[in-house]
Amino acid sequence: MKKTWLFILITMVIKFIGTFLELLIPYVLEYIIDSVAPQKSLKMVLIWGGVMVILAVLCRFFNKTANQRAVKSARDNIYRLRQDLFEKTIYLSSETIDHITLPSLISRLTSDSYNVLSFMQSSQTLGVRAPILLIGGFIVSFSMDKGLALILAVMAPLIIAIVIFISRKGIPLYSAVQKKLDDVVRIMRENISGIRVVKALGKENTESARFENADKEMEKSEIKAGFTMALPMTIVKLFMNIGLVLVVSIGAYRVSKRTMKPGVILAFLSYFQMIMMGVLTLNRFFLMMSKANASAERIKDTMDSVSTLVKVENIEEDEISKKGYVVFDDVSFSYEGTTRAISNISFVLERGKTLGIIGGTGSGKSTIINLMMRFYDPDKGRIYIDGKDIRSYDLPELRKHFGVVFQNDFIFHDTISSNIKIGRDISDEEMKKAAENAMASSFIEKYEDGYQHQAAIHGSAFSGGQKQRLLISRALSGSSPIIVLDDSSSALDYHTDSMVRKNILSYHKDSSLVIVAERVSAVMNSDEILFLHDGEIIGRGKHDYLMETCPGYREIYETQMGEAKE
Amino acid sequence: MKLSKMIQKRPKDTKGTLKRLWRTLSPFWNIIIAVGLLSLLSCVLSLLGPYFCGEAINEVEKGAGAIDFSLVWKWALLMLFSYILSEAVYLSINLIMVKISKKTAYMLRKECFDKLHRLPVSVFDDNSAGDILSRVSYDVDVVATSIQADISQIITTVITVLGSFFMMLKISLPLSVVTMVTLPITVFYTIHIKGITRPLYSKRSEKYGEMNGFVEEMFSGEKTIQAYGYEENVSRQFASINKEASDAYFNADVRGVTIGPTMGMMNNLSLALNGTLGSILYMFSYATLGQLSSFILYSRKFAGPINELANIMNELFSALSAAERIFSFLDMEEERKDKEGAIEIEKGEGNIGVRDVSFSYSPEKEILHNVSFSAEKGKTLAIVGETGAGKTTIINLLMRFYYPDKGKIFIDGIDSTDIKVHSQRRQFAMVLQDTWLFRGTVYDNIAYGREGATREEVVEAAKKAGIHYFISTLDKGYDTEISEDGGNISKGQKQLLTIARAFLSNSPVLILDEATSNVDTSTEKRVQEAMTALMKGRTAIVIAHRLSTIENADEIIVMSNGSVVEKGTHSSLLEKKGAYYKLYRSQFS
Repeated sequence: MKKTWLFILITMVIKFIGTFLELLIPYVLEYIIDSVAPQKSLKMVLIWGGVMVILAVLCRFFNKTANQRAVKSARDNIYRLRQDLFEKTIYLSSETIDHITLPSLISRLTSDSYNVLSFMQSSQTLGVRAPILLIGGFIVSFSMDKGLALILAVMAPLIIAIVIFISRKGIPLYSAVQKKLDDVVRIMRENISGIRVVKALGKENTESARFENADKEMEKSEIKAGFTMALPMTIVKLFMNIGLVLVVSIGAYRVSKRTMKPGVILAFLSYFQMIMMGVLTLNRFFLMMSKANASAERIKDTMDSVSTLVKVENIEEDEISKKGYVVFDDVSFSYEGTTRAISNISFVLERGKTLGIIGGTGSGKSTIINLMMRFYDPDKGRIYIDGKDIRSYDLPELRKHFGVVFQNDFIFHDTISSNIKIGRDISDEEMKKAAENAMASSFIEKYEDGYQHQAAIHGSAFSGGQKQRLLISRALSGSSPIIVLDDSSSALDYHTDSMVRKNILSYHKDSSLVIVAERVSAVMNSDEILFLHDGEIIGRGKHDYLMETCPGYREIYETQMGEAKE
Repeated sequence: MKLSKMIQKRPKDTKGTLKRLWRTLSPFWNIIIAVGLLSLLSCVLSLLGPYFCGEAINEVEKGAGAIDFSLVWKWALLMLFSYILSEAVYLSINLIMVKISKKTAYMLRKECFDKLHRLPVSVFDDNSAGDILSRVSYDVDVVATSIQADISQIITTVITVLGSFFMMLKISLPLSVVTMVTLPITVFYTIHIKGITRPLYSKRSEKYGEMNGFVEEMFSGEKTIQAYGYEENVSRQFASINKEASDAYFNADVRGVTIGPTMGMMNNLSLALNGTLGSILYMFSYATLGQLSSFILYSRKFAGPINELANIMNELFSALSAAERIFSFLDMEEERKDKEGAIEIEKGEGNIGVRDVSFSYSPEKEILHNVSFSAEKGKTLAIVGETGAGKTTIINLLMRFYYPDKGKIFIDGIDSTDIKVHSQRRQFAMVLQDTWLFRGTVYDNIAYGREGATREEVVEAAKKAGIHYFISTLDKGYDTEISEDGGNISKGQKQLLTIARAFLSNSPVLILDEATSNVDTSTEKRVQEAMTALMKGRTAIVIAHRLSTIENADEIIVMSNGSVVEKGTHSSLLEKKGAYYKLYRSQFS
């Protein structure tokens, strides 16, 4: 870190020298014209001309070096920042992710880090240049004539205040534009995702009118923001020119009083311009800084978040932990700021047995999986796996127990093979066996490149059923002691679905199987079925038992299977 | 057709893009010409300012006692006046350009949106929505910004350069010639460096885009990554992508940032030459000191915009490539046009015939092989088969989202290619698994089913769909807002809303892709009842998952690998003990 600061400091010094030389050149030129030329010495003129050429070359060298060093340090720092941020984010707990939200996490790593990058680069160049122009201009003009410099002293803060005021006003206008843009994009997105419905109903004109409306709104707010932001530049230039007129008028008065030489007026005019340029540059710099600052805050927010899912040492043992391979003991949980997701859930799952969890949307089925794999810690109750409280495991070690398919699980833009193995040490035979058991090998082997076939982004080229079979292959390979299938067969036809389950039962005899489903046929052969409603178990037992004792369960069964009886 | 591939295939046609952009701006020609004239005025005024200033100073230079203050005031006032006027004109140019550019952005977005509806559905199956959306938001913005800033800047540049050059010529020919020597060098340098940096900058944005894509993908799959302990692996992958993006940034900018200092050097060298040569001219009495000063002032005015050239060109190039991306979208091949003389059919009978249809999405893999079936008026046809057997594809063909490679589809006995696409689609009402709702009120979402439906009709449809009661329990009833993804109502209710929509549309044929019981029991039952009610009196083509539907269907076709393998009623097919029998039994396995 210290080295970085030193590097940046040196860059700033170089930039300082470069800017200083830049300011020196016009000065030398004035000197040639005002003092050297009247001496009528060719030699002197050539020498001073040579000095200017040297200065010009040096000036380029320093400025170029400083700029390039700024780019280099910006690159090195942003690389590290992004890498740290990525590694931090990829380990974030689910709670934090829920809290920050996914889109925000993505934009922190992309646009926020970009804002910081551009600021890093420009602060080493622009940030040096603007103050030099401002301060240098002030010092020189004050030393020349205090009276005229007062005009500057009065006007510069005034201009800065007005410019900052307008720019501040402009920022909310731009967020208004952003909102309107969101509307435009939303309608467009709706039309893309619903293109079949729009076309089927012949709604092209209605949609067109709807879009036009949002489009027009956006134009309006863009024009408003554009108009406002056109003002600062005009105001600065206007004030600057009024200042020039003042300098000339007051200067004339003072010359007549013999308190000032006429030549000073001319010099003053050019410094005046310099200071105004400094003001404009500074304004740009501040806008950039406030943007970068907001971004940096968001990045810091991510970096500072701490996981609550830490390993807990010395947890007292409990007899109940030995009852089965997976044990839930009176577990309740609610997601941050919402009502209870599950209440008082207890069950025991032994090795080689199957647990079915069924219930409607929002009944708490997936929450049980989330807690079992410790994506969240329960508010109440304890969970044991293989005789140990899950909090006493290292997270990676705990999760090695699982082969899982989540609801709407993810397919990576990578080969089918990598998608199944997903970084684990799994042989090709094992992978192929898993795909076979998941009924996926038939479609995978149809590809010319087979398992090396590249999956499209989000697996979009696969059909729903192909996706699910691929995901199941992933969960089966690796022969994990616990296999969790969360709503992973909804797109499979009954036949394929039942074949997959049969294969799992015969090939993974020692694994505990957890099947979460909304379809009775997926769970009806389980050793135990939990029937959830609003986070509570309202029926449990084998299929036949539930059919007799649980009216809700029977109702689902009959609805789904129709009136057909055997 | 993939959009991204299209761009790569297309050679960079700068001239064509420019021409087309110019045509897009054509409604504003007169205004742009007016802006040109205003710029001229603004420039002249800003050149007058220094002149008046000079006159005032000349007066002051006479020294104490000799100053005529009335003259000083006169010049100072003129100076003030010309500056204020110049700024006012300048501001109005700016405002006009803001207006033009935003208006152009509006038109481009609108054009893109309307294009959307003329494209075949396959475009949306092949391209990510993000790619299309970024054209409408990001690229349009880049073009508009460039129009706003660059047009007036180009005009001002030209006028200032010409004006100053004229003044310089007037003051001293030899000095002007010296200034002109550095000009071609500057221009040559600019072109040369652009040639080097342009590909580097496009590589920079490409790598940045790749990085964004990777981040978005990995963060979306975070839970899976954590479940399988894939974090380190992914971080390593990111490191190499991050490195590439950072290096691409470095390679482009490390060259890019030399442009400014180099331009500055050219400028200063020109100043040095002018100063030296000017002094020599002065020594031999070819020039006065006053001439020298004002020449240098003008040469600065001359050099300023030329240095800006590099920046403007940069913006112009990125605007051009953005425009190219927009135009390539606008140029995409559109949906098949209706055949000449295609007829309009109003509400048809609802007889559907499919004869010997074969179809493939891509040449390698045929999805449907010689599929034939018919659905008669008021009857229910169920299509069953394993995942990937081609059931959804049939819907795509019936709706003319895609066209068969071989074979024909008949609507009421008329070859569908002889029917206008709009009126064919009107024959069908679809209730699909993926319910589609937009942000708007419940009422709007139902009323979407038919243009000009009255409030009574909408409520009636909701009642028929069995969702009226639910709607009336909502705070604002029919005026309740549904969020973008319909997140605030359940899946089953969403389905009921789309059923209500279908009731309202009153089409003779119904296409049902039955949901696979993804809803809670009570709603599930209602959905089923609503669907049964909806099917009454309509021809129904059902992609069936539920036994009850299948059993009551008038005809069942069983599909396997894109072919119809069995046809018949439930009982006849069961007796056959073929594919259907196996499929049916598997539910009770």
